[in-house]
Amino acid sequence: MTLLGTFALWAALLLGCWSAALALFGPWQRRPALAVAVTRGSYAVCAALLVATVALWKGIFAHDFNIEYVASYTSRNLPTYYLVSAFWAGQKGSLLFWAVILSIFGALAQALTSARHKLLLPYVAGVTNLVIAFFVSVMLFGGANPFERLGFTPPDGRGLNPQLQNPGMVMHPPMLYLGYISITIPFAFAIAALLARRLDTGWIIAMRKWALASWLFLSIGITLGMWWAYVELGWGGVWAWDPVENAPLLSWLTLTAFLHSVMIQEKRGMLKRWNVSLMIGTFLLSIFGTFITRSGAIASVHSFTQSDIGYFFLALLLVSAVLSFTLLYTRWPMLEAEVQLESLVSRESAFLFNNLALVGIAFSVLWGTLFPIISEAVRGTKITVGPPFFNRVNVPLGLFLLLLTGVGPLIAWRKASAANLRRQFIVPVASGAIAAAVLLVAGLRDFYALTALSLAGFVLGTVAQEFYRGVRARRSLHGENAAVALAHLVARNRRRYGGYIVHVGIVIYFVAFTGLAFKVKKEIDLQPGATDSIRSPFGHTYELTHMGVSQYERLNRQVSAATLEVRRDGKRITTITSEKRQYLDSFGNPTFEPSTEVGIHSDLREDLYVVYAGSPDGTERARFTVMINPLVSWFWIGAAVLTMGGLITMWPGGPQLRTPRRRLAVQSGYGVPLAGVAE
Amino acid sequence: MKPGTRFALGAVLIVGSVSLMIVQGIKQTGTYFLTPTQLVARTEQDPHFFNIGLKVSAKVVPGSIKRDAMHQRVDFAISDGTKSFPVTYVGLVPDTFTDANDIDVVVEGKLGRDGTFHATDVIAKCGSRYNAVWQQSGKKT
Repeated sequence: MTLLGTFALWAALLLGCWSAALALFGPWQRRPALAVAVTRGSYAVCAALLVATVALWKGIFAHDFNIEYVASYTSRNLPTYYLVSAFWAGQKGSLLFWAVILSIFGALAQALTSARHKLLLPYVAGVTNLVIAFFVSVMLFGGANPFERLGFTPPDGRGLNPQLQNPGMVMHPPMLYLGYISITIPFAFAIAALLARRLDTGWIIAMRKWALASWLFLSIGITLGMWWAYVELGWGGVWAWDPVENAPLLSWLTLTAFLHSVMIQEKRGMLKRWNVSLMIGTFLLSIFGTFITRSGAIASVHSFTQSDIGYFFLALLLVSAVLSFTLLYTRWPMLEAEVQLESLVSRESAFLFNNLALVGIAFSVLWGTLFPIISEAVRGTKITVGPPFFNRVNVPLGLFLLLLTGVGPLIAWRKASAANLRRQFIVPVASGAIAAAVLLVAGLRDFYALTALSLAGFVLGTVAQEFYRGVRARRSLHGENAAVALAHLVARNRRRYGGYIVHVGIVIYFVAFTGLAFKVKKEIDLQPGATDSIRSPFGHTYELTHMGVSQYERLNRQVSAATLEVRRDGKRITTITSEKRQYLDSFGNPTFEPSTEVGIHSDLREDLYVVYAGSPDGTERARFTVMINPLVSWFWIGAAVLTMGGLITMWPGGPQLRTPRRRLAVQSGYGVPLAGVAE
Repeated sequence: MKPGTRFALGAVLIVGSVSLMIVQGIKQTGTYFLTPTQLVARTEQDPHFFNIGLKVSAKVVPGSIKRDAMHQRVDFAISDGTKSFPVTYVGLVPDTFTDANDIDVVVEGKLGRDGTFHATDVIAKCGSRYNAVWQQSGKKT
């Protein structure tokens, strides 16, 4: 199978290069048969990489430990679902995963894009295949071939790192990869538009759903990463501003900016240069993120395999930056805006500020992440910045963005009149003010928390008003009842109302982040039967009674589990168990260092988070770190809402606009969604 | 004033304040990140370079970890091959913190005049995804 796999990689490389050369330099504009050949090249690359994928999975499932990759990341006693995820657990496998997914996306882009954009498609195939060829070359020439064999066959594999043996880790990397990988498709469309000199909104319409899909995958991937860090790493937080966490956030931020600014291009023909630049920047940041996580250039708590392949990515980063921006420069005059900004009080301007804030956050995160390198290069001393820096800069910017999330949908395109402002802002502002008043009465005095939650009230007011007005308009126009009107409203204007639901999801994230400011932590040391207590910021008192430590064996690990009985305000609510685990190979020898499983009791208000820290004297006496983390559940709820909104926005079908209709769009900016006007 | 100009003013205001926040933030929260050799060199140059909050990245000297479970105290030594010094830390150390196989740690804290590093935080690199090195014998190292 390894021979077949390596052969498939070579086939993919040659096919990819051939198809890219044909697409970028061939005379397919004059010979339609060649354009078909380019498209088929994309399918062939995809087929070759699928063969390689099957070959690797077959090796993993057959426990063929003669394959170095299989021996390094799996073992005989590894549960089946982790055999699936072992495919991308290591560097070599994740490169193959990347290549195969990109080839699937590339093939789908060829198959699904409407014939109206057929002049872009060969270029799209060319760019995509070049990137795929790059990944395959790294595998073949960068010493990262997953099919490499060992000179002998170990009796058992090394097994999968315990921290990766977590359901979140089965889903988190592929989701993040899907996000990262799918960025290449909208990027390829942007480059195709530049190459083909078709710089109207065509390319944006052709790739819009890809950009949305990429954004959605990144959002889910980042949130799963937060969840994994929360349940697995035992420090009770979701975000530590580690370079590995910052890397996907950078692409997410610029992509978010892009999704907003393309609306201005579609409706008003402005910001063409900015949009192309944002797309190029997003792609470059995704490669940059791969570089910093894979090269070890920046110290991170997460050490991925550090090898020279990082420098392949650095090379890709530099080459694609130079080529893309040179191309953009040569097409610069064709990207003239069609109109000028008419007023500072307009939706365009709100979107522009939104873009500035998002790019500002991205820049500060990039700067903070790179600062150790920059300071060492400039001043000769490495200086790092941590969470205090990122929070200081990004909390105010984040709150400004939250404000704009509420303002944007309320304000008219082109130029808002005083009447428009009055009509639109009364309800949302009142809703924000009520939120502030309630919180003040409830005793909240923290400035940032108060601001964040009041703004959350304001944004929710905005969204509620938009939905209410839309439903009311449909009811009077079509005589539908409220539920039918709501369903039709969303179905007929998916992008707009899906977008509002995404906004609600984002508001929920903000609320959850606010909660983290109020976490409480206590270290306790208990003899069996003894009790200690901790008080939560919501005013509950938790009494924790140590029930003892039990030792037992599971399929691939020894467990010692400490259990606490939990009483809240005197009432028994649950028991919580936290474990120390020692993983074993199939001969019973320990593998990896011991690991800890935290115990969590979660409700909508707060999480009780217990980490068993071992016994100080080898008896059942146990130490625990206990935390109360307010509002953490809301991260996962926010993610669900955001995903739902994203899916509504992307759902295929429904009324489509062939060309942007600026006149109608201006009207709908006043909050009257006309039937059949897709925003 | 034209709307474009007004927007430009607003943009300058935002970009300016973001830059200011970044510069101030780095000034006030940035910490030195040194290797033991660099740290020793600094203290030799500047006799006041003690008891300043900083981070040191090094390897744990194998066999040097002494754990006092009763008081949750850990003493160990770190080294970058040329310079090494003792570290003392009170608190919970991560699971990955062992002196078995040459692990990388980042310690945050202050170097006292006594030559001991008083750590307030010990971060052991989580070994997720490091490559196993296979040898001919079939043993893992």
